[in-house]
Formats: sequence, C-alpha cells, structure tokens
Amino acid sequence: MIVFLVRRVVAGLVLVLVIATTTFALMGLTGSDPVRQIVGQTATQQQVTAKSAELGLDQPFVVRYGHWLADAVHGNLGSSWFSGESVTSSLENKLPVTLSIVLAALLVSAVLSTVLGVAAAVRRGALDQVVQLLAVLGFAVPSFLVALVFAVVIGVDLGWLPATGYVPLADSAGGWLRSITLPALSLSVGAIAATAQQVRGSMVDVLRADYVRTLRSRGISERSLLFRHALRNAAPAALTVLALQFIGLVGGAVVVEKVFGLNGIGSQATSAGSQGDTPVVMGVVVVMVALVVVVNILMDLAYGWLNPKVRVG
Amino acid sequence: MKLPDSDDTTGAVAPAVAAQGRAGILRRLLRNPVAVTCLVLLALISLASLFAPLLTSQDPARSSLTDSLAPMSGKHPLGGDGVGRDVLARLLYGGRTSLLGALLAVAVAVVIGVPAGLVAGYYRKWFDAVSSWVSNLLMAVPAIIVLLVVMSAVGQNTYLAMAVFGVLMSPGVFRLIRASVISVREELYVDAARVSGLTDARIIRRHILPVVQAPTIIQAAQMLGLGIVIQSGLEFLGLGSATQASWGSMLNDAFGNIYTKPELMVWPGLALAVTVAAFGLLGNALRDALDGTAVTGRKPSRGATTRKPGAEKKAPPVISEAQDTDDALLVLEGLTVSYPTAQGEKTVVDGVCLTVRRGEVLGLVGESGSGKSQTAFAILGLLPREAQVATTRLEFDGTELGRLGRAAMNRYRGHRIAYVPQEPMSNLDPSFRIGAQLVEPVRRHLGLSAAEARTKTLGLLERVGISDPERVFRAYPHQISGGMAQRVLIAGAVSCEPDLLIADEPTTALDVTVQAEVLDLMRSLQSERNMGVILVTHDFGVVADLCDRVTVMQTGAVVESAPVDQLFADPQHPYTRMLLASTLEDAEPRSALSLSRTVSASAAGAVGIAGTTDPAGVTNSAGITNTGRQEGPA
Repeated sequence: MIVFLVRRVVAGLVLVLVIATTTFALMGLTGSDPVRQIVGQTATQQQVTAKSAELGLDQPFVVRYGHWLADAVHGNLGSSWFSGESVTSSLENKLPVTLSIVLAALLVSAVLSTVLGVAAAVRRGALDQVVQLLAVLGFAVPSFLVALVFAVVIGVDLGWLPATGYVPLADSAGGWLRSITLPALSLSVGAIAATAQQVRGSMVDVLRADYVRTLRSRGISERSLLFRHALRNAAPAALTVLALQFIGLVGGAVVVEKVFGLNGIGSQATSAGSQGDTPVVMGVVVVMVALVVVVNILMDLAYGWLNPKVRVG
Repeated sequence: MKLPDSDDTTGAVAPAVAAQGRAGILRRLLRNPVAVTCLVLLALISLASLFAPLLTSQDPARSSLTDSLAPMSGKHPLGGDGVGRDVLARLLYGGRTSLLGALLAVAVAVVIGVPAGLVAGYYRKWFDAVSSWVSNLLMAVPAIIVLLVVMSAVGQNTYLAMAVFGVLMSPGVFRLIRASVISVREELYVDAARVSGLTDARIIRRHILPVVQAPTIIQAAQMLGLGIVIQSGLEFLGLGSATQASWGSMLNDAFGNIYTKPELMVWPGLALAVTVAAFGLLGNALRDALDGTAVTGRKPSRGATTRKPGAEKKAPPVISEAQDTDDALLVLEGLTVSYPTAQGEKTVVDGVCLTVRRGEVLGLVGESGSGKSQTAFAILGLLPREAQVATTRLEFDGTELGRLGRAAMNRYRGHRIAYVPQEPMSNLDPSFRIGAQLVEPVRRHLGLSAAEARTKTLGLLERVGISDPERVFRAYPHQISGGMAQRVLIAGAVSCEPDLLIADEPTTALDVTVQAEVLDLMRSLQSERNMGVILVTHDFGVVADLCDRVTVMQTGAVVESAPVDQLFADPQHPYTRMLLASTLEDAEPRSALSLSRTVSASAAGAVGIAGTTDPAGVTNSAGITNTGRQEGPA
C-alpha cells in the first residue's frame, strides 16, 4: 500500500512537471508579444526593452524556465506581469472560492449519484427511466447552460438564492452555503448523470451475483444486503468514474465561475489567459493540475480501501 | 444462472459484431424510433446550417444599434441580439461553426487514437508503455485549461482550439481501440491467421479493423457531442474567433443581457442541447443495434420449454409411496415457474410436487435444464424477479411459505431453511472477510453478541474440517481455495441449525478428492443434526451415497419418485432407466431425451402406483394458487 502510494505521488509530481513545462514552452515560444501589451502601443522601443529586461524576458528560454522552476519549488510563483501582484498570494485568496464549489460539487455528485443509481437499480421501472433520461440530459446540457438557467430562474426570477458573489466561510457559514449552492449544483449535473449511470450499472451486475443470492439465502436484512454488501461491491467502479468526472468539474469551474460572478481561480485563468500573463497562467495551471492529482490519489486510496484484492493482495 | 449482461455502459467490444453484416445493423438501427428521430434531427440541423445563406438574407456579423434587443419581427424572425445582430442568422451560421469544429476535433482524435491504439494493442512492448503513459497524462488535465493556454499562446482561433481538443480526446479512442485489439488478439482465429503466415498488416486489416470499427463509430458519435459542448464553453468565455457566429458566443451575448432579455438564451441553448443529446442518443442506439443480444438474450433459456397451448396431456408421474404428509417437514405441490420472453411465456418448472420428511435426504435428480435448481430456488424464494412462480402448497413445518412477506421469509431463510450453492468461489462476498460473512446471520437469527457469534463461528469452521479456523476467519474469499470455500459455505448454511438444507450440486465444482470429503462432511452433519436435506444433483453416485429417497425430474416435471433402493433396483420410468444406464456407462447424460413423456404414460399406467397425484388435479381441487415472493437477481 505504501509503495502504491509513493508511486502515485511520484506519478502526480511528474504530471504537474510535464504540464508546467509544456505550458511554459507554449507561452514562451509563441509569437505574441506580451511586453508590448503591458507597456502600451505608444511606448518607445527603449521602454519595451527596459520592461523586457525587468521581466527577465531577454534571457534565453531555458534560463527563464530554470528560474521559474527553482522559485516554484520554494513556493514562489512570481508576480503578475500586469498588476505586479504576487501570484502565490492571489491564488491563496482565490483558491477557497474554487475549492468550495468544486469540492461541494464532488460531494453532491457522490451522494446524489449513489442515491439515484441504487434506486434505479433496485426499483427499476419508471425511476430507472428517469435516471436514464437524466444521463442523456446531463451529457447534452453543458454545465454553463445549467448555470445560466439556474442563475436566471432560481437566482433572479425566484430570488431564492444569490445569483452572484461569494461569501467566505469565515464571514458567515450560512451565507457561504447559500453562495455556493447554485454554482456547485450546476457544476455537478453532468457528473451526477455519468456517475449515477455507472452506479446503476454496477449495482444491477452485483445484485445478479451468486453471492448476493447466497447472502439472501442466509436471511440477512434487505438493508444490509443493499447498503452493506451490494453497494460496497459496486462502489469501486463508480469511484473510478467519479474520479474521471472530477477532472471535468475542475474545468467546468472556469465557466461556472464566470456565470455566477465568482472571483476564483477559474475566472483568473480566463483573464490571465486572454492577456497572456504567463506567471498567472502558470500558477493557475499548476494549482489546478495539482488539485486533480491530489483528489485522484485520495480516490485511489478509497478504491484500495474498498477493494480487498488491492489492499491485501 | 449468470444472466447475459445487457446493461454494459462502457462500450464493450463484441467480436460477434464483425460477423454481422453492416446492412443488418443499419436495419436494426432504423427500426429504433429514437435513432431515427436523432438522425432526422441531426440531418435537419446540418442542412439548415449548410444552406444558411438560402434560409436567411441577414448577415450574422452585421450589427445595427437600432436593432439591439429587437423583438421578433418580419425582418428579424427571432429578434436581434445585444448589438443588433439577427438571432436567426447567427443561429444558422453558428451551427456551421459548431458542427465543423466538432467534426474536426473527432477527426483529429480518430486519426491519432486509432493507429496508436492498433499498434499499442497489437505489438505491445515499448510503444504500448509509452503511449499508455502519454494517454493517462492527457486524460488527467482539464481540457478547458489546456485550451485556455493554447488560445492565449497561439491566438484566438476556434478551429485550432478544436484541433487541440481532438488531441485531448484521442486517449479515449486510443484506450478503446487498444483494449479491443488486445481482446481480439487472443482469439483463436487471429492465432490461426498468424500461424498460417499472414502478414501483420493483413491480419490487422482482415481481422482486427472490422472489430474495432463499431466501437469507434459509437464513440465518435459521443465525441461529436462533447466537441460541441467544449467549443461552446470556450466561446461563452469570450474565446475563439470573434467574427465567427457560434452558439457559444450567442450564449455569451445572452449572458451579457441576462437581466434585460434572458430569453436570448433559449435558441442557442436549445440548439446546443438538442444537437448534443441527438449525438449522445444516436451513440446509445448504435450500441444497442450492434449489441443484438440486448434485445433477445436477456431471459434465462437454459432448458426452458415453451408451453404450447393445447399440448398433449402430460403423463402422471410415478410416485412410489403414499404422499403421507403427516410427518413432512416440507411439502411442495403444484410448483410452476415460468419466464416471460419475447416469444411468449417459457415454462421451466411445471407442476412439481415433492415432500421431505424430518431427517430425510431427498435427492432431486435430472439432467441440466430439467428444472431441479429452479425448484430449489423457488422453495427459498430466490428466483430472479422476472420469474413467475405459482404453488398450490408450499408448507414448511406447518407454515405456508408462499404467503409470507419478505421480512417473515427472512426469519426462515438461513435460520430454519439453509442453502449450499454449487460454485463456491462466486458465492462468497469478495469485499468482506469470511468471518464477517458468517457472523452476520448468526447474530441476526440467534441474537448472539459479537463475541459469542465469533466463538460459535470459529467452532463451526473447525467442525467443517478447517484446520486453521482463526486464519480463515480473518481471510478474504480470494485468499482461500475452492474446497475450503465450499466448507465455509456449508458452515454458513448449518450455522443456525436449520431443519432443512437445500444443497444445489454442492460438489460439482470441486476436485474429485475434495468431492468425497465434502460429501462425507455433509453426511455427518446431516445425521448429527437430523436435518432434512434436498440434494440437487445429476450424479447417481452421490444419490446412492447419501439419499433416502429420490425424485427424478425431466424438462420441468417430476417423472418418478421412489425410495433410493427401490429406484435403483427397479426404475419404473424410461427416463430414470436411461439416466441410470448412462451413469453405469460412466457417462453423463448429454441432451434431453427425445422420448416424450406421452410415450411413458403407458408405462406409468401399467404400473398403476397408488397415490399418484396429477398436478393439474391438485391445482383444481385445492383452488388456491400462491404467488410466492421471489427476491433473486433483478
């Protein structure tokens, strides 16, 4: 188990490194000229050269990357070319927003997809049809469209929940919950659809298994049979799908944050990306990929805990 | 009893697909109304965007401030957007961007994924390792982040972004193709082709490409939907070619006017959802069409006999003793089990009657498909849910089981009626330690504390001949052998001291040496506890060894029932004689006897056994039919 964990962590670090390098290369080697954008079209060539030197852009690519990497390892992600703000501290401010909606969406997806998937597998019939329909809708309606509809209908027309803005957890727990409910819900629709479908499929398979019949022949309660035995055996496959869906949740946050006017890492990615603000883009990419890696390792651990063949064998 | 799985959602490969004609698949697809609707919708959307210039005279990019947020009118059939551009024109031209972009992405994904998957799956070695690593890497990155980076580095170009998205989707294609190739590669006919000296290129073209074709097409349909979704997401963020009309940029504009004119969302949102849903549903329908078994192969057909209305009258079974039910532990009368199928109702058990006395071992004998296992499961209430079960009498120790609810039945199951399955390894829950599985029913039925239940279970494990009960108690099922697993299952069955044990071919899956030991164990447990036993078997050796009485079944009905000595000495029914003869020749009966039961009627009539019960007669005279609750696999 320890070996397994170490291997996963190393693989995760390699992933972050590869993505960071590729991003840096893409941002650094392409034709766009960020310095001209920063100093403005009217600036003299002298000003451009000076700014270039100030940002270290006159140095060769490999040297620049080496500096960035050395600083990044020490927790310093540089500062924005445009605002001059430290990337590390601005990410620290924005990470809670994104984490709140993404993790809430993950939690909602896990709970709702389990409930829906188990219910569909056990009851079949009409409920099963509803879950199948939801699966198609979840696939067909992108999260930002769901977000738009939620914002207009629930946020604006009905006024039940705020349509914009974020309340930090430290300020007010209730306000925080209200502010992340719509974003997290709209983000999770797709993940719920895909995962509920998988939960249903694995539950149907498990309920057909010989050992479930034998457990029934022992007269154990239906509740124990479904939730202790069958769900336990159906969970690993569902967890694999949920882990894949989480990657989509992180990506979806970028769009959903825009709809709900949340100042998180996603909206930062959009603005920095369109400006060509390399240090901010790098910081955002590294944090997002690291988030995916960490959650995936946690899911792997849960998978190992659920599956004795992985744990013991 | 493993039913074919038609609920597979992972796009599994069906090698049989290659054998089916493409025409057949297309015909099946066109018979599916959902598929036809999707095809028609997609055709309409494609044609509308293709012929956009004919459908509207408006320029999708021309803005006019006077038409800003214009209502629907002759000039603007769907109104104007935030900067006065025509909504209809943008919707039609936007379809071009979405469809072309998605096609581009899918083309890139297929062009990269298919060859890489073929090579990695066929040759394996270093290329497989490297490409699998790259594919895992690509899959771990949120696509939209990569696209943001690319767009900011290279420039705002929708088609470029979609090409890059194609690269990001290629791992999905790669993994699918690779898995398909690996599974086909092991097939005998591919081996044969290799041995006969065909070149790799030829083998791939002739044997492997046809197999991967179908799953690739299914996946392509779904990737088209995904491509449209991600593209509209980017455009919604304001990324992508600024001058090009697109559904995503329309939504962006609608978002800007969300407080003044939220209905701008409706048209692009609808177009997006309908198109993507159509691609998704089309993919599903394609899978169903290719996976022909999904429609026909669902119901168990093992040994089923189709009940024909007005079929020849059945011969009465040969029952060689009075049905004296006074000291009976279990009385089953008029059991009928049938399954609904596309061809009508299939009856697998037809009017079976049997009796087990306290402490008596009844052998239930017949060839595969004679309905003996179905009978055993019906008594336990464990047949699949779609099974239609009716009995006129199912009495256990004076209680009619047929009318019990689930909770009441659960007080009998495991406690007073127990079950030993056929296949030991698949009958233990793989996720729980053996101890936990044995302790749970003991605590529930006998109300023992955890410590008491543990002590009792360890004792049981020792009793069934496990030399190291502590270790087995802590082990998971995958850590013990098949013979040991069967001992564990027997321990579990007798743990609550049942009065009746139903054993379904308990030794068939075991090695010959282990078989004898398990039979010894069952015999000693039976005499020690004076249990009634129903021993389902096809082996007359086992019958001679253990049983007091034998009931012989053929194609769902009882043909003969007699004390074991009498049956061996003087079998009355030709089918029994045939079974006995085949056992003596040391060969198992292979196929259903062609001799129909009608022929045997004369034999039965000639013998003229007292106490003969006509199942049909019982049904009529008793006048009740219990439809028992069945809780087997759904």
